[in-house]
Amino acid sequence: MSDEYNVFVTEESIGGDEDGPLADKTIAIKDNMSTDGVRTTCGSAMLADYVPPYNATVVDRVLEAGATVVGKANMDEFAMGGTTETSAFGATENPAAPGRVPGGSSGGSAAAVAAGEADLALGSDTGGSVRNPAAFCGVVGIKPTYGLVSRYGIVAYANSLEQVGPLAPTVQEAALLLDVIAGSDPHDATTNDGGDDSNYADAADGDVTGLTVGVITDLIEGADNDVVAAFQDSIADLESQGAEITEVSLDSLEHAVQAYYVIAMSEASSNLARFDGVRYGPDVEADGNWNDAFAAVREEGFGPEVKRRILLGTYALSAGYHDKYYKKAQDARAWVKQDFDEAFESVDVLASPTMPVVPPKLGDSLDDPLQLYLMDANTVPVNLANLPAISVPAGDVDGLPVGLQLIGPKFGEETVIRTASAAEQ
Amino acid sequence: MSDSPVDPDDVRHVAGLARVDLADDEVDEFTEQFADILAYFEALDEVPEVEAEPELVNVMRSDEVSEGLTQEEALQNAPETEDGFFKGPSVS
Repeated sequence: MSDEYNVFVTEESIGGDEDGPLADKTIAIKDNMSTDGVRTTCGSAMLADYVPPYNATVVDRVLEAGATVVGKANMDEFAMGGTTETSAFGATENPAAPGRVPGGSSGGSAAAVAAGEADLALGSDTGGSVRNPAAFCGVVGIKPTYGLVSRYGIVAYANSLEQVGPLAPTVQEAALLLDVIAGSDPHDATTNDGGDDSNYADAADGDVTGLTVGVITDLIEGADNDVVAAFQDSIADLESQGAEITEVSLDSLEHAVQAYYVIAMSEASSNLARFDGVRYGPDVEADGNWNDAFAAVREEGFGPEVKRRILLGTYALSAGYHDKYYKKAQDARAWVKQDFDEAFESVDVLASPTMPVVPPKLGDSLDDPLQLYLMDANTVPVNLANLPAISVPAGDVDGLPVGLQLIGPKFGEETVIRTASAAEQ
Repeated sequence: MSDSPVDPDDVRHVAGLARVDLADDEVDEFTEQFADILAYFEALDEVPEVEAEPELVNVMRSDEVSEGLTQEEALQNAPETEDGFFKGPSVS
């Protein structure tokens, strides 16, 4: 099979069970999810030859549901990026917008679905990494409530923020895949029973009569005018179907990107300490003691964005700076949670454009990391607040896809799925 | 700019703590970028102190033996092994 968009790091077929809700479906798996006997690179030279001896729980679940894995999807290195350009295995092109990025970090997963290389895909979403590429590639992506889906066997980036999520061409198919992967797992103590015996697929009934949708004005202000116009059209469409539209402002969101990056980088600096070239990783000859050897392996194995985040995370946690950055970021996170909780006292679902911009051209955005971080303004608040959210196609700007983000209260998956199925065009 | 919060020695220091060697050009690039990014993080100063209950609680289970990876599986990705052990660099 040709891979004209560089969707896959590794193309390899893994057969699933004969029967099940996903029988006859093909699925792409983000390359940070362990696949027994099939290399799992996390988009990094550090793991270029790493072959896991076990499956991630979500991989077992899709295989048991009858799906056939068709490949390991390209991604930003260690899921750190929003364009899939930081992959050590080259950038992925957006099948829905040629010459442009597919978004990230689950860019290969979204592109696989958009290009028809797979019926479905799994991504992971730490600060928007499922919803961002879903929006940019014109497909559907769900970030579940924290703990709804097992993270066992996922290469960790920022544990307190991460969730595995489905990508699919339609809301109903994404919801069905979420039904398959959701549910508690004894291997991941952060899972809960919120998704046990779920039936999310049936919630995609398009009935928004009497539902209240709150538009988050703070997340409109920073978005491109054309994107906002497409967003407003889809909100008007929901209104015409019987939803009540209202406006909501959350003051804490001004600090969400700062808080997200401080927390994510801090967790990354700790999580990625394990990559020292002893249990896995490149075999690098180095003089000196073990510290010298580890530093040489990490210089060779990590790309620039990963080094940047490890160093900034180390800085934020170091003596004298912990209270200034990490502790304040945790305060901001708690504030964001409180703001969302209050908003959900008067609305059923919150709405914003998924991304404030259309997909950038390949090669245009890597020079200025801070500008890239700011592109995550609309997606990171959801991870800070542990909430469920979906991105559903909402038209286009001159042919470039725009996504509508719908956010629900904790365990409000059915509500966001229902609303998204009405917004689906 | 002398009032920049970051100089090249800071970057080298933190890279040492994180055990990541950096080439000189990487140090220069990171020094410039970190100044921008940390200046942006400064706005966290405006965040009020917030009282919050942690959402996660400790999950206990009984300490029972269950199936795990074999020694061979655990070692299969290691660049160097010896007598069934990982082989690491010398400590000093």
